[in-house]
Amino acid sequence: MNKKDLISIMDYSKEDYLRIMDMAADFEENPNQTLLEGKVVASLFFEPSTRTRLSFETAINRMGGRIVGFSDSGSSSVSKGETLHDTIRMVSQYADLIVMRHPLEGSARYAAEVSSVPVINAGDGANQHPTQTLLDMYSILKTQKTFDNLNIFMVGDLRYGRTVHSLLMAISQFENPIFNFIAPEELQMPEEYKIYLREKGIRFFEHREFTDIISEADIVYMTRVQKERFSDPMEYEKVKNVYILRNSMLKNTKPNMRILHPLPRVNEIATDVDKNEKAYYFQQARNGVFAREAIISHALNLK
Amino acid sequence: MKEHKKKLKLKVSAISEGTVIDHIPSESLFDVISILELDKTPNMITFGANLDSGKLVNKAIIKVSNQFFENDDINRIALIAPHAKLNIIRDYEVVEKKIVEVPDRVVGIVKCFNPKCITNAEPITTSFAVISKEPIALKCKYCEKITYEKQMVIK
Repeated sequence: MNKKDLISIMDYSKEDYLRIMDMAADFEENPNQTLLEGKVVASLFFEPSTRTRLSFETAINRMGGRIVGFSDSGSSSVSKGETLHDTIRMVSQYADLIVMRHPLEGSARYAAEVSSVPVINAGDGANQHPTQTLLDMYSILKTQKTFDNLNIFMVGDLRYGRTVHSLLMAISQFENPIFNFIAPEELQMPEEYKIYLREKGIRFFEHREFTDIISEADIVYMTRVQKERFSDPMEYEKVKNVYILRNSMLKNTKPNMRILHPLPRVNEIATDVDKNEKAYYFQQARNGVFAREAIISHALNLK
Repeated sequence: MKEHKKKLKLKVSAISEGTVIDHIPSESLFDVISILELDKTPNMITFGANLDSGKLVNKAIIKVSNQFFENDDINRIALIAPHAKLNIIRDYEVVEKKIVEVPDRVVGIVKCFNPKCITNAEPITTSFAVISKEPIALKCKYCEKITYEKQMVIK
């Protein structure tokens, strides 16, 4: 691949991750660097997204670039029946970079094949969302100062949650991690990821609840347990309150422990946690702008 | 038994030059014909299905006159006829035998199992990495989901 697309988190090497982290830190110190001056970025959101789109567009604006695009497919030629192929073929002749979100899985990889300019995947259905993973990594590095020897708790929907899968793959590239998976029976971590960890000799443990063990965590990564994921609504009723993090649970946690969440949250983190200094999810969202500035720079070789 | 074998041989007539593809599961016969594009060849083809064989209860056989296949082409049928054997015939004699091998990549042929995969929404040639050969497991290059042997549908 000559073009520096970012489609899947595994497209980047460990060195790439570290380079993105360095650049993100630099952008955090000085967010307004006009490296994109004179460049046009296409922001193609075939399905609506608030945080990802706004943080990308903020990053582009802070870098002095211009944006063309659309924020849902209703206002694009998709509603006239144009194929993704033709849309990408056309847009890649207009813009210097494409940022794309699409509801179908694999759409970003396909767009990268069709496009003559780099494509950054801003989420392709339930498949990949690599820029979220990189901002999660930046948040981990900022709060823990390292990627090595971390005990990472992943809580909630571990079956369908693409963010936890990608984060697991990325952190597994570093030294001696421990993973603790806390999920209801129906939403357990898929077997393929457990096989991957076993093959790499990485320790992981599975639990049904986490009140008693949370004191061991360096990072607690919370995700939303969605009602529509359950085949039996009774099962949802049984577990819906088990995966809620409350301020009272944080008493004996490590001083360096931080709580992450890809947002939006519904009720899985009680609002009384927000004022605890260990709640990091809003800063995490802020880090998204710096991480995306770094990803854009990397894709276009700007730094 | 000998009598029986003789009869079987007569069911599909011999060819002077070409390829005999044997030990195809009967239910895969028409998929094999389609993958090898034998439905488009001008050459003479004879085939038989639901024949008795030691290995397969219901085997099929195809004889194609004056046509020979590259290994890459022939390996395309490995997904649906993993035990197929090829006999290359010159002047009524078998001059070479080949077995099929499951390739490392499968391009086209199989449909991605994931209904939300882009390859099921637009006219895209599928592409899979073969992550297991026995039983077959295919990882889609696009959506990264795995299609297992029992879910495989030929395009």
